[in-house]
Amino acid sequence: MVSFLIRRVVQAILVMLAVAFLSFSMFNYAGDPVNNMVGQEASREDRAELRERLGLNDPFPVQFARFVGNAIQGNFGISYQLQRPVADLIAERMPATLELVLVSAILALSTGIPLGVYCGIARHSWLSRFFLTISLVGVSLPTFVIGIFLIYIFAVTLGVLPSFGRGGVVELGWWKTSFLTADGWRSLIMPAITLSLFQTTLIMRLVRAEMLEVMRTDYIKFARARGLSNRAINFGHALKNTLVPVITIAGLNIGALIAFSIITETVFQWPGMGLLFIQAVSFADVPIMSGYLVLVALVFVTINLIVDLLYYAVDPRLKVDRGTSAGRIA
Amino acid sequence: MKTLAYALGIGVALATAVSGAADAKTLRWASQGDALTLDPHAQNEGPTSTMNSQIYDALILRDKDLKKIPGLAVSWAPVEPTVWEFKLREGVTFHGGQPFNADDVVFSFERALSETSDFKNYINSVSEIRKVDDYTVQIVTDGPNPILPDQITSIRIMDQEWSQEHGVEKPQDYAGEQETYAVRNTNGTGPFILEKRDPGIETVLKVNDGWWGWDVTDAKTNVTEVVYKPIANPATRVAALLSREVDFVLDPPLQDLKRIESTPNLKVQQINQIRTIFFGLDLGRDELRNSDVTGKNPFQDPKVREAMYRAIDIETIQRKTMRGLSFPAGIITSPGVNGYTEALDERMAFDPDQAKALLAEAGYPDGFGVQLDCPNDRYNNDEAICQATVGMLAKIGIKVNLNATPKSIHFKSLQNKESDFYMLGWGVPTLDSHYVFSYLAASEGSWNFTGFSDARLDELTKAMEVETDAAKRDAMIAEAWDILKASNAYLPLHHQVIAWGMSDGLELPIVPNDSPSFRMAQMR
Repeated sequence: MVSFLIRRVVQAILVMLAVAFLSFSMFNYAGDPVNNMVGQEASREDRAELRERLGLNDPFPVQFARFVGNAIQGNFGISYQLQRPVADLIAERMPATLELVLVSAILALSTGIPLGVYCGIARHSWLSRFFLTISLVGVSLPTFVIGIFLIYIFAVTLGVLPSFGRGGVVELGWWKTSFLTADGWRSLIMPAITLSLFQTTLIMRLVRAEMLEVMRTDYIKFARARGLSNRAINFGHALKNTLVPVITIAGLNIGALIAFSIITETVFQWPGMGLLFIQAVSFADVPIMSGYLVLVALVFVTINLIVDLLYYAVDPRLKVDRGTSAGRIA
Repeated sequence: MKTLAYALGIGVALATAVSGAADAKTLRWASQGDALTLDPHAQNEGPTSTMNSQIYDALILRDKDLKKIPGLAVSWAPVEPTVWEFKLREGVTFHGGQPFNADDVVFSFERALSETSDFKNYINSVSEIRKVDDYTVQIVTDGPNPILPDQITSIRIMDQEWSQEHGVEKPQDYAGEQETYAVRNTNGTGPFILEKRDPGIETVLKVNDGWWGWDVTDAKTNVTEVVYKPIANPATRVAALLSREVDFVLDPPLQDLKRIESTPNLKVQQINQIRTIFFGLDLGRDELRNSDVTGKNPFQDPKVREAMYRAIDIETIQRKTMRGLSFPAGIITSPGVNGYTEALDERMAFDPDQAKALLAEAGYPDGFGVQLDCPNDRYNNDEAICQATVGMLAKIGIKVNLNATPKSIHFKSLQNKESDFYMLGWGVPTLDSHYVFSYLAASEGSWNFTGFSDARLDELTKAMEVETDAAKRDAMIAEAWDILKASNAYLPLHHQVIAWGMSDGLELPIVPNDSPSFRMAQMR
C-alpha cells in the first residue's frame, strides 16, 4: 500500500513538472507582455530595460527553473496586467468557479440519472425518444451558443434573469458566496444550466446504456419472476448496478467542468478563474497563465490520484496484482 | 448558523439602504475591460485612464470638445522659453480631507517621472519641477515646449502625505513581489470618490458633493453613484444593455448598433475617434522578408506605393466591412488634431486601371507576392479590413498572404521589425501633429517601422518641439504633412468611429478620445 502510494505520488509530481514545462514553453508563442505593459510612448530602451528587469531575456532553462523554484513555495509572481500577486488573484476567483461547478455537477447528476433510468426502462416510448433527441442538442451545440441563447430568452426577451455577473455575494471570511442571497441564486441559474448541459446528456446516455445492459441480465429476470414490484427492480436492483461507472465518470468530469467553465464564465461574465485566465491570455500575462494551468493540472492529478486509491480500496484484485495494473487504470 | 443569520442580516440591511434613498440616481455602465490599476501613474492605458480621471484631477482638464480648461491650475503661462508657470486653485481638498497645494503637484510630477512610471516618456521633456509658493509651481523643460499644457492633461495629482503614509511614493514595480496600496485605494480631488473596488468585477464611485468644479467647469451632475462592471463578451454586453441591467455601454460591437437603436428607450451616439487606421510599408530594406521579389524591394518604388493606394476601394470597405462606421482618410491623423485639414484628408482616387498601369511601369506587370501582417483583436473589424484589402490588391496582381494574429503577437513582430507590410492604428493623446511625426515619421521614431526617412521632415519635427510661435509652428506642421503624405509610406484607410450605446434618459456627451467623463452626466 505504502509503496503503491509513493509510486503514485512520484508519478503525479512528474506529471506536474511536465505540465509546467509544456505550458511554460508555450508562452513564447503567446506574444509579448512588454508591449501591453507600457504605453505607446515608451522608447525602445525602456522596453528593453523592462524586459531585462522581468528576466525575459534569460535563457529558457533559467526562466523555467526560477518559475518552478518559486511555484514550489506557492509564489507565482505578480500579474503583469493587474499588478497583484497571482496567488491572491486565483484565491479570490476560486470560490466563484467552485460554486458554479458544484451546482452544475449536482444539476447534471440529479437530472441526468432519472432521465437515463426512464429512457432505459421505457426505451420505446415517444417521451424517451424526445429526451434522446433533445440530448443530442446538448452534446452538439457549443457552450457559448447555448449561453447566448439562454441570455436572449430569459434576460433580454422575458427579463426574468440577470444576463451577467454573480449578483449579490456575501463574504464568509475570504470566501465570497452567492448561495446566500436570492439575487445570487438567480444569477447562478443560467450559467449552471449552460455548464451542466453537456454533462447531463453524457450521464443520461451513460445511465441509459447501462440500464439497457443490466435489464437484460438474469438476476433482473429472476427478480421479476419472484414478483418484485417494478419500482424495487428498477431502482433497488438495476440502478444500483449501473452507478459504479457513472460515479467514476462524474468524478473525473468535475475536473473537466472546472476546465470547461472558461467559456461559460466568459459568456456570463462569471468572475471565476476561467475568466481571469482568458483575460490574461489576451494580455500575454504569463504569471497568471502559468499559475492557472499549474493549478488545473494539480486538480486533475489529485482527482486521478484519489480515483486510483479508490479503485485500490474497491477492487480486491489490485491487491493481488501489487499495483502493477493500477498504473494501467490511470 | 450564526454566520448565516449574520449574512442574511447584512442582505436585509443592504436592501433597506438601497430602497431608502429615494432621490439616489445610479449610473450603471459596462465595457470590455476593467482598469488595470487605480494607481494614476502606473499604466498609460485607455480604460485605466478613464477610471482614474473620475477620481483624480489633473492641473488642466478637457471639456466635452477636448478643449483645455482650468483644472487644479487656474492659469498657466510661459515665464521663460523653457519655464511654464502654473497658478494653483486654492481651497481644494483631497477625498481624505488633506488640503491641496504646490507640494502635492511637485510630488505627483516627480512620481510620474520616476523609473517605474508609465508616463515618464509622456513628459520626458520635463527636467525640473519647483515650488515657488504654496499655490504656484514652475515646470522647467529641457528646451522650449509649446505643448506641455496638452501633455500634462494626463498627469493626475496625488496627495503627498497620503502617498508617504501608505508607502506609495513610486508606482508599482512589476519586478516587485507585493501589490502596493495605491493599486486598489485612491485619494484624489476629483468629482467622484472610490466607494468599492473589486478588480474585474465591480467598481463603485460615489459623487463628491464638495468637488471644486461643480458650476465651475460643469453643472452639478444629478448622478449620485456610478457602478462599473466589465463584461468581456460583446454579445453579453449588448444583452445587458437591452435588458436594462446597465444604462451605458462604452463599446457595443458595430453590428449590434442598429439593434440598440431600434430598441425603445435606447440610443446610440457616434463621433469620429482620434484614431486613424492605415497600412505601413517597409521601404527601408533592400529586399523584403516575405516576398517573391528577390534582390530588390518593390515598396521602394513610389509608383508601386501609389498603385497599392489606388487599388484600395475605401468606399466599399466603409460600406461593407465597416457598415458605414468609418470616415475614409487621406492622412494618418484625425479631425481634432492640431494640423489636420480637410484638404489634407482628401484621398487619391480609387482607380484599379491606373494602379495596374503604374505597376507595369514600375516593372511588375504581373504583380508580386507579399505578406500583410494584421492584428485581429485591436481595431474595429481589423482582420476583415485586411481580408477586403487582400482581394482588392489581387485585382491588380499583388498576391497578398494575410497573417492575422492577436495584438500581443502582432505588436511584438512590429517592435522586432519583422514586418514588410502591416496594419497600425494611431491615436493622438496630445491632440497635436507633432506626436504623429515623432513616433511614426521621424527616422528614429519608435513606431516608425517603414524605414521612411526624410531629412527635412526630421528637421521640422525637431523644430516644432521648441517653436513657441503658433503661426510659424503650424506652417512647419503643414510642410511636414505634405512631405509625409506625398511619400505614401503609409497608406491611410480611415478614421475610426466611436459609438456609445445608452438609455434615452442618460445625457452623457460623447468625446473623441473614447473616455467618458461622468461629471458631465445627467440622468432622467
